Amino acid sequence: MTFFKNISKVLQQNIREYGMYIALVLIMVIFSVMTKGVFMSARNISNLVNQMGYIGVLAVGMTLIIVIRHIDLSVGFLAGFLGAVAAIALKYWGLPVYVVIPMVLVLGIIAGLITAFPVARLGVPAFVTSLAGWLIYRGLLQLVTAGTGTIIIEDKAFNALGNGFIPDFPDMGFLPGIHKVTLLLGLIAIVLFVISAINDRRNKQAYNFEVLSMDMFVLQLVVVSAVIAYITWILSGYNGISWTLVIVLLVVGVYDFIASRTVLGRHIYAVGGNPDAAELSGINVKNIVFVVFGSMGMLSALSGILFAARLQSATTTAGTLFELDAIAAAYVGGVSAAGGVGKVTGSIIGALVMMSLVNGMNLLGSDISLQYIIRGIVLVVAVVFDVMTRTRGK
Amino acid sequence: MNTALLEMRSITKEFPGVKALNNVSFQVAQGEIHCLVGENGAGKSTLMKVLSGVYPFGTYSGDILFNGEVQRFNRISDSEKTGIAIIYQELALFPELSIYENIYIGHLQDKGFLVDWNEVIRKSGEMLKKVRLNINPATKVKDLGVGKQQLVEIAKALSKDVKLLILDEPTAALNEDDSENLLNLLRDLKHHGVTSIMISHKLKEVISIADTVTVLRDGQTICTLDAHKGEVSEQVLIKNMVGREIDHIYPERERKQPGEVVLEVKNWSAYDPALGRTVLKNVNFQLRKGEIIGFAGLMGSGRTELARSIFGNSLGYRIEGELFIKGQRQHFTHPHEAIEAGIAYVTEDRKGNGLILIQDVKQNISIANLTELAEHWVVNDNAEIKVATEYKTSLNIKTPTVEQKVGNLSGGNQQKVSLGKWLFVKPDILILDEPTRGIDVGAKYEIYTIMTRLVAQGMSIIMISSELPEVLGMSDKVYIVSGGKITGELPIEEATQEKIMQLATNY
Ligand SMILES: Nc1ncnc2c1ncn2[C@@H]1O[C@H](COP(=O)(O)OP(=O)(O)OP(=O)(O)O)[C@@H](O)[C@H]1O
Ligand SMILES: [Mg+2]
Repeated sequence: MTFFKNISKVLQQNIREYGMYIALVLIMVIFSVMTKGVFMSARNISNLVNQMGYIGVLAVGMTLIIVIRHIDLSVGFLAGFLGAVAAIALKYWGLPVYVVIPMVLVLGIIAGLITAFPVARLGVPAFVTSLAGWLIYRGLLQLVTAGTGTIIIEDKAFNALGNGFIPDFPDMGFLPGIHKVTLLLGLIAIVLFVISAINDRRNKQAYNFEVLSMDMFVLQLVVVSAVIAYITWILSGYNGISWTLVIVLLVVGVYDFIASRTVLGRHIYAVGGNPDAAELSGINVKNIVFVVFGSMGMLSALSGILFAARLQSATTTAGTLFELDAIAAAYVGGVSAAGGVGKVTGSIIGALVMMSLVNGMNLLGSDISLQYIIRGIVLVVAVVFDVMTRTRGK
Repeated sequence: MNTALLEMRSITKEFPGVKALNNVSFQVAQGEIHCLVGENGAGKSTLMKVLSGVYPFGTYSGDILFNGEVQRFNRISDSEKTGIAIIYQELALFPELSIYENIYIGHLQDKGFLVDWNEVIRKSGEMLKKVRLNINPATKVKDLGVGKQQLVEIAKALSKDVKLLILDEPTAALNEDDSENLLNLLRDLKHHGVTSIMISHKLKEVISIADTVTVLRDGQTICTLDAHKGEVSEQVLIKNMVGREIDHIYPERERKQPGEVVLEVKNWSAYDPALGRTVLKNVNFQLRKGEIIGFAGLMGSGRTELARSIFGNSLGYRIEGELFIKGQRQHFTHPHEAIEAGIAYVTEDRKGNGLILIQDVKQNISIANLTELAEHWVVNDNAEIKVATEYKTSLNIKTPTVEQKVGNLSGGNQQKVSLGKWLFVKPDILILDEPTRGIDVGAKYEIYTIMTRLVAQGMSIIMISSELPEVLGMSDKVYIVSGGKITGELPIEEATQEKIMQLATNY
C-alpha cells in the first residue's frame, strides 16, 4: 500500500503543477460522457487542436509578458490586422506565400517593438500603450477591410496551415486507414521523453537532489507515455497531425527551451523576479522588455496567420477578444501577476483547458452566454487554487 | 520582575528539509527587556513568527502561554489583540503614505464607514510623542531616514496598546546615534510597563540593554543568562552562540605595500534629476591593487550614491568628472559595462535590489555571470549546481540544498548568497556596501577572512560601512563622507573613532 501512499504524497507536493493536468483530464472525461464519446473522437480532437492553435501561440508570448510584470492588450487586433495584411498581400499584391509569411512575422515584431518603446524608455505602463495599440489595430483592421469586407484567401499552401495535415507514407498495404507518419512521430516522442527523463533523474541524483522514488518515477514515465500514445493513436485514426499542431508544438518547444535553458530565458525570469536586482546584476532590463514585446508581436502575427488560414479568409472582426483568451489561458496555466513565475508549457495547457470548455459546450449546443460564464468561473477557480497552493507552503 | 509574562514550551517548527526550531523553551518575565541572540539561521526570527501568529497554530508543535493562558493564534491580528506587537527584520511601512496613515492603517478609527482623520492625526501625534519623534504626522514615510522610520514602526506598535513588544534586529540599519536613541526609548517603555524582546547581532547593545539573554543555536535553546547576576559578557555570549571561542574579531592581516592604482575618481559630481538635487560634490579618491579602503560616514551621507554612480550609474545621475579603471578613462552607462571592466557591487539592500527572493540559491549566485556557465547561450545546469555548491561550502551558507528559495533563508544567509553572487563574477574591484549588516559574529569573522584572502590574491576592496570598529579593523585607508563630499582622508595609523565621527558630522 506504500505505492498509493506515495502517489498521494507526490500529488500533494506537486498539486499546483498537476492540478492543471487533472483539471484538463476531468474536463475531457466529463465532456466525453456528456457527448457520448463525440468529444474524444478523432475528428473532434483534431478540430480542438486547430481551434486552440491561434490562442495557444498568443498564450505562450503572453506568459513571458506577464512574467516581466507587464501586459499586452493589443495582441488580438494586431493578429486580426496582420491576418488581413497577409490576405491582401496574397490576393491583391500577388505575393507568394513564402514571402508573405516572413513579411507578416517581421511586421509583427516591429509592432511589438513599437508597443515596447514607451514602456521601456519612458516608463509608461504597458496597459496604456497596449490599450492604445488595441484601438489603433482595430481601426487599421477596419480600414484595410473597409472596401472589400471579408477577403477570401485562395492560396492552398497558406490555408493548409489552418486546415491541412502532414503527409503520410504512400499506402503500402499495411495499417490501412491509419496515419503512419503520425504513429512514428508519436513513438519517437515517447522514446525521447523517456531518455531525457532518465538522464535528468541521474543528474539530480548525482547532486543529491530530491528525486521521485523509483516506483513513482516509473509510474510517471508510464502515464506520460500512455497519454502521448493515446493521443497519437486518436489522431492517426483520422487525418494525422495537423500543420497547426506542428506549429504549436514547435513554438512551445522553442519557447520552453529558451525560457528554461538559455541565458536569455534566465534574464527574463530575473527581470520578472526583481527588476532592480536584475539591472544591478548587469542585465539590461530595457532590452529584455523590447525582446519580450517583440516576440509577442511576432506570435501575434503567427496567430493572425493561423486564424486567417483556418477561416480561409480575413474578416473585419478577426482577433476580437483573443487577448483576453490568451491572458486567461496564461493565468489558468499558473502565471503569477507578481512577476517572475510561470511556465510556457503551463500556459499551453491553460489554453487547452479553456478551448476544451468552448469546444465541449459547443458540441452540447449550450448557449454562448453560458459558455462565457463557465469560462469565467474556471478562470477564477484556477487562480484561487493557484494562490492558495502557493501560500500554503509557508 | 519574576512573574512570567510569556512562556513558550517545547516549540518545534519544521520547514521542508529544515528543522528550524527543535524543542525550544523560552520564558520572558513581566517588565523586562529580553534579548534573543544566536547565529544566522539559529531560528530567532522563526521563534518570533511562531509567537506572533505568522505561523498559525497547528503548523508548529508546543504551547504558548501568555499571561498564564494557553494561546492559539491563527493570524497576526489574534496576537495583536492579546497585546503582542512585532516589528519585523525588514520594515513594513508604506513609503508613499503619511506617518499617521501608517500608524493607524490596520485599525482606522471609524464612525460608521467614514474615517475620522482628525482623530487619527491627533492620536498619531500622541504616539509620536511617546517615541520622542518631534515631527508632523502628515510627513510621508519615504521622506524619513531609516532611524525615524524605525521609531514610526514602534509608534505603530504602541498604538495597538501593546504589552509585549518584539523587535527583530531593529538597529541593524541604524547608525550609532539612532541606535542609542532607540535603546533609550526601550528603557523608557520598560518603565511604563512594556515588556520587550529584542533580537540583535550587535552584542554591545545587547549587553547594555538586556535584563535577560537567551541564546539559540541550531534551533535549540542553549542557555538563558541573567544580566543582573553578571552572567552576560561578550565572551560568554559568543561562546554560547558559536559553540567555540573566538579570540580575534578581525583576522591577522599582512599589510603589504599597495600596488598600482586600479581605480581613480577625479572631481566626481552627480546630480539626481529624480530628486532634483546634487548628491555628490567634487569627490576624489584612489584605490590601489591589494588594498581595502573604507568609506565611513552617516546614513544618507552619499556613500551608496557614490558606489552606484561608479557602478554603471543605474540611477541615471548626471555626472561630471572622470573615472579611471586601471588607467583607462571609462564612461559606464550600464552596470554590465562596469562588471565587464572588473567591478562588482554588493548592495546594502539585499531584499530590495540584491537578490531575487523567489528564485533559488544557485540561480541567484549565477545570475551576474551566466555567460561563464553557458555554451552558445545555453546554460549548463550541472556547472551551475557545481559552482553554487562551491560557494555554499566556502561561504558556509546554511541551506539544505542550493535549490532552496533564497526568500526562505535567514537574513544573514541571504547576505552570504549576495556575496557569493559577486565573488563568482571574479572581480578585480569589489565594492561592499554594508557587508556585515545582519550577520552574526562568527559569520562576520568569516567574511573578514574572505576579504583578507581576496586582497592577498590581488583584489581591491571598497568597503562602505556604518560600523566604525569594522572600518578601523579592516581598512588600509579611510575616507569620510558627509553631505555628498569627502570631508577627510585618514591613513589607518591616524584614524580613530573620534576623528572619524568629527569629520562625518562636518558639512
Ligand atoms: N519559510 C521557510 N522555508 C524554509 N526554511 C525556512 C523558512 N524560514 C526560515 N527557514 C529556515 O529556518 C532556519 C531559521 O531561520 P530564521 O530566519 O529563524 O533564522 P534567524 O535566527 O532569524 O537568522 P538571522 O540572524 O540570519 O536572521 C534557517 O535555516 C532558515 O533557512
Ligand atoms: Mg532573523
